[in-house]
Amino acid sequence: MNNLQQKAQQLLESGNYGLIVGYEKGTSGKARPVFIRKAEHASKLIFDESCDQNIAVYLYRQEIKHDKKKVIVANHHTLKSIVELAAENQVFDGDFMVLAFAGNGDIIELNTFEEIEKHVATLYHGLTEAEAAMMKKIEDMSLEDRWAFWENEFSKCIKCYACRASCPMCYCPTCTVEINQPQWISVPSHTLGNLEWHVMRAMHLAGRCVTCGQCGKACPLELPIQLLTYKVALDSKQFFDSVAGTSICADNALAIFKPEDHENFIR
Amino acid sequence: MERKLLTKDSYRSLITKLIGQNYQVVAPVKKDTMIDFLKISSFDEITEDYIVTVSSAKTVAFPRNEKLFDYEKQNKKLTQQDYDFDSIPQSVLIGVRPCDAFGFHSLSSIFCWDSIDKIYTTRLERTTIIGLSCNKSDDYCFCTSTKGSPGSTAGSDILLTKMTDGNYIVEIVTEKGAKLVADFSDLFTADGGVDKESLLAKVAANFNVDDVLAKINSKFEDEAFWTEQAMRCIGCGACAYVCPTCACFDIQDESHGGKGHRVRCWESCGLSLFTLHTSGHNPRENQGQRWRQRLMHKFSYMPDRLNTIGCVGCGRCSRACPVDMNIAEHCMSIIEN
Repeated sequence: MNNLQQKAQQLLESGNYGLIVGYEKGTSGKARPVFIRKAEHASKLIFDESCDQNIAVYLYRQEIKHDKKKVIVANHHTLKSIVELAAENQVFDGDFMVLAFAGNGDIIELNTFEEIEKHVATLYHGLTEAEAAMMKKIEDMSLEDRWAFWENEFSKCIKCYACRASCPMCYCPTCTVEINQPQWISVPSHTLGNLEWHVMRAMHLAGRCVTCGQCGKACPLELPIQLLTYKVALDSKQFFDSVAGTSICADNALAIFKPEDHENFIR
Repeated sequence: MERKLLTKDSYRSLITKLIGQNYQVVAPVKKDTMIDFLKISSFDEITEDYIVTVSSAKTVAFPRNEKLFDYEKQNKKLTQQDYDFDSIPQSVLIGVRPCDAFGFHSLSSIFCWDSIDKIYTTRLERTTIIGLSCNKSDDYCFCTSTKGSPGSTAGSDILLTKMTDGNYIVEIVTEKGAKLVADFSDLFTADGGVDKESLLAKVAANFNVDDVLAKINSKFEDEAFWTEQAMRCIGCGACAYVCPTCACFDIQDESHGGKGHRVRCWESCGLSLFTLHTSGHNPRENQGQRWRQRLMHKFSYMPDRLNTIGCVGCGRCSRACPVDMNIAEHCMSIIEN
């Protein structure tokens, strides 16, 4: 048994905790979320580089939301989302314990939002090299080429909403697409309706996207839709010095007004 | 079953001729990062480098959006333009895996259940399905657990099996298939008698679907079981949309001013709006109940009412799932619990 499995076993045996949300090996050895309730199942837990899924989405899941004896095994994406969810009052201090990992692989117990916030401050918050290169590729395109690029991508979207379902920040009980009086966004998955959906989602995530890329990873058609929310995340940083997932105070760009905010985009 | 041989060059000629004769030819094509069924204009667009395509072949008969009719309101007068059946092209669907081809059987049982869906049936009638046996499989494949096989002819009009020399064994399955072969008879030659079985992928049967069918009804009221089974499910519609047998749809009106059209588009039991009543009540208010609906539909309702299994073992849903809800594993859990 490795450190994580031993830790999980101890926590469950202690009786102080009843549920561990983490990762296990799934089909073809791929990591997937797992819910461990019995100490004897702790050996299922894994934590390696394949565990890059953001699983903060489970923290407010109806079935376990009010379970205060839960633990979540968090990668850096999940940690940042927890901070952002805390800022938006979607999760509550003391409702769960976080098991994070230090650079050397040691397990770190984080019990309060303050501890989580402090730990998150030590993490890297920018895009990966590959992600930055993709962003640059699109930003360097002419307006026509960029339109053609996204038109092609949106034409493939089947509107399964895997992007929304896997995003921890998409927690609205009723999403704009589900409102039909008035019908803001087309339900059928044609190119225009798909564009409306993805642009709307990106705007709703302005200043809130922690750039985990989970929406893009979840997409069965492999649309690089994470680039849309990355763009608004980068703009939030550039224009409002707001980086989601760094502060447990609700100070994201669209939630507050500062007199010194730029207004040059209003024409 | 009558067998013929189709050389790789003749296969190219066949597809080229079909395109030349204005058939809509739909084939697995690598587009960007994915391989999916798309309309082709040249043989070279086709790829055979896939286990299964991302989306299922159902899109040919049950596209994700189907415009049912147009309407226009002018000075309180409503005019309606009905569905134009002439717009449905004669199609040839190629590279269809046996699981996908059999999916049409399940899908048709729904669309022809109490009333015949004329749009679906016309689309299917005008489609000739050229299947392609599987010579490879992956961990998601489980057709042999659901009464299928990598070389099953069921559902195809013609089934091709690629031989080691790159040529194809042709099995002529239906009259429609026979007609196509007759129309291009010069391209098909006498069968060489190569053993087909040895060319097929080996897919282990990890469970017997009959055991799922026998057990699932008794699990219906076991709420704790379904809650636990669905804990990982995040409630998107990916599984249903890529499934070759999922037939749920929504009806939407899209209008602009006084003009508009009515569209039939895919719907999924995974989504929270599924079966939400206008009263606000939802008989399937949590993900456990929705996941139960998905499995009950495939392994209880369809077998009971339509005499067909609602799952062909293609594993698409599991591949598409962002959280690896592997349906074969869930079937085994039903048997074991």
